[in-house]
Amino acid sequence: MTRPASISLSTVGVPRVPALALDTVWFQVAGTLCNLRCHHCFISCGPTNRNHDYMSRESIRGYLREAEEMGARDFYFTGGEPFLHRDLLGILEDTLRVGPASVLTNGTLIPHETAAALASLARGSRYALEMRVSLDGLTPAMNDPIRGEGTFEEAMRGLRALAAAGFLPIVTVAQTWSDADDARLRGEFHAFLRDAGIPRPRVKVLPLFRIGREEGRSRGYTPTEFLTEEHMKGYDPWLLQCSNSRMVTSRGVYVCPILIDAPDALLAPTLRESMKPFPLGHGACHTCWATGASCRN
Amino acid sequence: MVIPVALRGGELEGGLAILGGPYNNHLALRAVLDDARARGAARIFCLGDLGGFGPNPGKIYPLLREYEVFTIAGNYDRSLADRLSDCGCGYTHPDDNRYAQLSYDYTDRRTTDSERAWLSALPEQVAFERRGRRYRLCHGSPRRVNEFLWESASSDAFLLRLAREAGADTLLCTHTGIPWQRLLPGGTRIVNVGAVGRPANDGRTGVWYAWLPAGSDDAEFIPVRYDHEALALEMEAERLPAAFLETIRTGWWTTCLEILPAKERARGRH
Repeated sequence: MTRPASISLSTVGVPRVPALALDTVWFQVAGTLCNLRCHHCFISCGPTNRNHDYMSRESIRGYLREAEEMGARDFYFTGGEPFLHRDLLGILEDTLRVGPASVLTNGTLIPHETAAALASLARGSRYALEMRVSLDGLTPAMNDPIRGEGTFEEAMRGLRALAAAGFLPIVTVAQTWSDADDARLRGEFHAFLRDAGIPRPRVKVLPLFRIGREEGRSRGYTPTEFLTEEHMKGYDPWLLQCSNSRMVTSRGVYVCPILIDAPDALLAPTLRESMKPFPLGHGACHTCWATGASCRN
Repeated sequence: MVIPVALRGGELEGGLAILGGPYNNHLALRAVLDDARARGAARIFCLGDLGGFGPNPGKIYPLLREYEVFTIAGNYDRSLADRLSDCGCGYTHPDDNRYAQLSYDYTDRRTTDSERAWLSALPEQVAFERRGRRYRLCHGSPRRVNEFLWESASSDAFLLRLAREAGADTLLCTHTGIPWQRLLPGGTRIVNVGAVGRPANDGRTGVWYAWLPAGSDDAEFIPVRYDHEALALEMEAERLPAAFLETIRTGWWTTCLEILPAKERARGRH
């Protein structure tokens, strides 16, 4: 997708995205708790951030029932770090009875036994279980300054354990490089992963959201990086994930996985009540619009 | 919401052949149409995406006319009719888009004005009653022409919602290129008929289409062999990518793989 030029804030009114359908449900299963403290984390997760807390298996079961009644297609689990949650495997077992599941992890807490247990869950379901592991470079020198000392090797161990258990993990990378370097780095990343013993590597590059810790690492949004009614003229709202998905955390239902620190993004306590239009008033909304980004696989 | 073209007629109670994207593969298409005719098909439907991947797009149209195939529009057909710059397949990964663009540009360059006019007249969806059940035929899904309905990535609840919103007891679609069928609790049936233009990433060089026998709601998937080597040579002469030829010769997908969910990807070789 080509990147449209920014439009200045000449028109009044913040555009609203309609709630078209509930296709995808996200769970902030481990809250904002993480064993890492990445410099680009858009929700500033870390070992002591309890802004959003762990979700109980019972609470997730309730949301799964509601989602099933509403005809949801698939489910995603993120955090924080989902593998800090003691009941994660049980929660995935519950989910895979209802539909496909994806887990977004930093890969540092997946020993062989965990990978084997996940593979057994995946084999037992007719639905896909996708494992998505985050890395930020081809070497510790690229990755560790962003994600922390030693995290490159730990994540590679997790990736190898998943591959050995039969998974084709998706490696996600936040785009911390320029567009000019994009094609070259993607190619190098593929080659590197193959050489590192990850057969048939799948790589997903995500744009950076200039909020949370990333705001301090690079910069925040400028006054022109916000959406107006002009931006939405002729734009298909289906392309914005907020038109067809919701994020559930210990605090309730949010409009999307990115904005869980924004008070206005908390929509309702239940999925059904959360299906209402949302004003696209955040800089992050501009990023999704401009890049066509989706947090989905 | 798309308003489908409503069909009526006693022949709809007979055996129906329903096939997915021909993707310019005129040799596979003819073999499939001959097979359907030999089975005594009362009606043959094609769910769209006539172009892409294979060679010489112009060879598809006479076949559809000769065999009186009732054809609906896929995203490819709409893009060509509207002279859009890409196929609108809905891929999200640059690697998938790169190969999709090669075949779209190739097909676009070789599509005539009269073919575009013919494509622009194709209906978007079809609805009819058969054995007391409401059938809906679409390309991707009833709500989005380029929605991928993968077997492992679609919950029962989601498929039921799509069928209910379309007012359908049986929903037939294509777009993903891999055939599957699911009978949902309550009796709603979803059938992805696969595609006839490209093998189903199963290591077989043949292709698949769906057959609804007279007196049955249960789709059978029919494997059809064709002269795939002749097609590969024709593609070579047209200077189509070597990766496409490999797929035709091996039955394994080599391109547009990133869109596949884990289970479907793991079944393939690449």
